[in-house]
Amino acid sequence: MQPKIAVKNLTKVFGDPPAPALKLMEEGYDRKEIQQRTGLTLGVADVGFDVAQGEILVVMGLSGCGKSTLIRCLNRLIEPTAGQVLIDGEDITVLSNKDLLALRRSKFGMVFQNFALFPHRNILQNTAFGLEICGMEQAEREERADQALQLVGLDGWEQAWPAQLSGGMQQRVGLARALAVDPDILLMDEAFSALDPLIRRDMQQELINLQARVKKTIVFITHDLDEALRLGDRIVLMKDGRVVQIGTPEEILSSPASRYVERFVEDVDKTQILTAGGIMRDARVLALPSDGPRTALHKMEKESFYSLFVVQRDGTLEGYVWADDMGRAIEQGDKQIAAHIQRDHQTVGPDEPVSTLIGLLADSRIPAAVVDDGGRLLGTIVKSNVLAALSAGQSDHVATAPETAADRTSEALS
Amino acid sequence: MNHDFPFFGKFPLSDYIDDGLDWLTDTFSGLTRAISTVLSDGVDGVVMLLSFPPPWVVILAFAGIAWWAAGRRVAIGTVAGLLFLWNLQLWQATIETLTLVLFATAVAVAIALPIGILGGLSERFHRATMPVLDFMQTMPAFVYLIPAIPFFGLGQVSAMFATVIFSMPPAIRLTILGIRQVPRELVEAADAFGASWKQKLFKVQLPLAVPTIMAGINQTIMLALSMVVIAAMIGAGGLGGEVWRAIQRLQPGNGFEAGIAIVILAMILDRVTQRIGQKPGA
Repeated sequence: MQPKIAVKNLTKVFGDPPAPALKLMEEGYDRKEIQQRTGLTLGVADVGFDVAQGEILVVMGLSGCGKSTLIRCLNRLIEPTAGQVLIDGEDITVLSNKDLLALRRSKFGMVFQNFALFPHRNILQNTAFGLEICGMEQAEREERADQALQLVGLDGWEQAWPAQLSGGMQQRVGLARALAVDPDILLMDEAFSALDPLIRRDMQQELINLQARVKKTIVFITHDLDEALRLGDRIVLMKDGRVVQIGTPEEILSSPASRYVERFVEDVDKTQILTAGGIMRDARVLALPSDGPRTALHKMEKESFYSLFVVQRDGTLEGYVWADDMGRAIEQGDKQIAAHIQRDHQTVGPDEPVSTLIGLLADSRIPAAVVDDGGRLLGTIVKSNVLAALSAGQSDHVATAPETAADRTSEALS
Repeated sequence: MNHDFPFFGKFPLSDYIDDGLDWLTDTFSGLTRAISTVLSDGVDGVVMLLSFPPPWVVILAFAGIAWWAAGRRVAIGTVAGLLFLWNLQLWQATIETLTLVLFATAVAVAIALPIGILGGLSERFHRATMPVLDFMQTMPAFVYLIPAIPFFGLGQVSAMFATVIFSMPPAIRLTILGIRQVPRELVEAADAFGASWKQKLFKVQLPLAVPTIMAGINQTIMLALSMVVIAAMIGAGGLGGEVWRAIQRLQPGNGFEAGIAIVILAMILDRVTQRIGQKPGA
C-alpha cells in the first residue's frame, strides 16, 4: 500500500547559499563541523521515512535536533533545501504557491505547542478558522466547528474567548480547529509539551481515544520519551538533524540502535511500555483434550515441564494439566486427559502492560497465558521472560535474555 | 573670519530645490488647484454643517460619540469642555480647528495605512521608509508651509498639506509595528491552514494590529493639533488664528484662552480615540 506520507532524503540548510553545507553533509560531516566550516546550519539532514495511512508517527529528540523543522517541511511552512515529501504519492516540494495553499487547506491540520489561538476570535470562530479560509459559508462552518468542539468535549464554550480557558482547554480548541477541516493528516508540534503533567496524560489518552474514531494520519513531535512511547505506533528518533533510529516503541526499548538511544531509554518505566504480546514466547508444545495422558506426559518430559496448556483444535485455550495428574490418569487407565484439565490459570490480553504481569506471575506456579479476544492462545509468559525484557538494553543490546534450564524446570512450560 | 569652503563654491542645493518645486508647481498646478478646491470646499462644507445647528445640539452629538467610544466619564468631560469653549466665545474657531484636524488626520491615515501595511509585511520596504519618516518628522514644520503656498495657495489647504506631512509618521510607524508584533506563531497558524496573504492580513494581522494602529492615529491627531498655530500663520484660522492674533497684538489673556481651548480639544480627541483602540476583543 502506498504510504500516506513519504519523506525522501529531506534536507534543510539554514543560510544562503546552502550548497557548501550539502556537500559537506554528503561527505559525512556532522552539524557542528558544518557550522564551523561554512557558518550554515544543518537543520534536517538526509531524513527519510514513511507514514502509513492511520498511523501515529512520533518524531522524538531533544530540542535543537531538527524535529520542529522537519514537521514544518512536511507542509512547507519551511522550504526544504533538498529531497522530497510525497503526500499520497504527490511530490509537494515542487507545488506552485496556489497548489500549496490548496493542499494545506484540504489535507493538513496543525496543532501548535503554545496553542496559537487567535485572541481576537472566540472559541467558535477559532475552530472555524480553517473552514473560513476554505471559503465555507458561515452557517455551515459554524455547524462543523460545533461538531469538532463536541469531539474534544468543549461544547458549550463556543462564545468564550481563548484567554478565559485553561491551557488544557485551549489545546483542545487547537485540536478542534485542526480537526474541523477534516484533514487527512494531523501535524502536532509538541502539542502537549506546554501542559502540566496530569493534564498532559489526559490529553494523550484523549488523543488515543480520538484517533480510534477519526483514524487520521498523525505526525506528532515531542521531546518526551514517555509521550512518544505512549502515543507512537512508530517512533523516529532524531539527533543533530539526522535520524538515529526508526521503530516501534518496543523495538526502540528492547534494541536501542546506539548508545545515544540507550541513554534515552534508560530512565523509562518499561513495565508500562512493554506488553504481554511483546515479550511472550510461542506456545510450541501443547496438548489437545483428546490426547491420551501418556502423550501429554511424554511432551512434558521432553521439555522438562511440570505442566502443559491444553487447547482445542482451533487454538482456543481450554486449561492446563499437571504432570502428577497424568501419572494418576495412566494408573487409572484413562484414555483422554479431558477429565484432568485444570482451569485456574491466568490469562492476559496481548496489550496488557508488563506491570500487571509481575503481580500475576508472582504467586502463580504455572505460566500466564496470552490469549486474543476470541480466547485463542497466542503465547505464554514465565517470570524469566519478564525479567529478561526489563533488563534488555541496559547492559547489552540483546532483546531476549538466554533462558536457563533452571528457569524452565522450576517454572514449567513454555 | 572667512568661513567659506576652501575647495570649491557652494553646492547650490537651495537652487535645485527651488527649481524642482517650480517645476512641480508648473507641471501639476492643475492637479493641485483641483485638490485645493475639493478640500477647501469639503472643509467649508463641514464647518458650515457644524456651525448651522445651535452649539448645544453639536455638543450633545459629540457627547454621544464620546459615550459610545469611551464611556460615561469621557462623555461628561466632553460636555463640560465644549460648554466652556462655547462660553469663551471660541465656538466657531473650535469648529474650524476640529474640522481641519479631522480632515488632515483622515488624509494622513488614508496615506499612512497602506504604507504602514507594506512596511509591516516587507522588511525591505520597512528599511526604505525609515529615513523618509525621520526626515518628515524632524524637518521643522514651518518649512513645509513654504512650498505648500505655491501648490495650494494661502489658506486651509496649505495648512492641511503641511499638517498631513508632519503628522503622518506616527501612524505609519505604529502600523508597521502593529503588524510586525503579531506573534509569529499566529501568522504561522494562519499559514498552516492555507491562508493566502490577503486572508492572513485581514483575518489575523490587521485585527491584531488595531490597538497599535489606533495608538498611531491618536498620535497623528495630537501632532495635527500641535500644527494649528503654525498653520494659522498662512491663514488657516480657527483656534490657531486666535493665538496668532493674540501674539501679534501682545494680548496674553486672549492667547491663553485660545491656548487652553486647544488643550481641551486635544484632551477630548485623545481620550476618545485612545479608548476606540482598546475597545474590541478582550
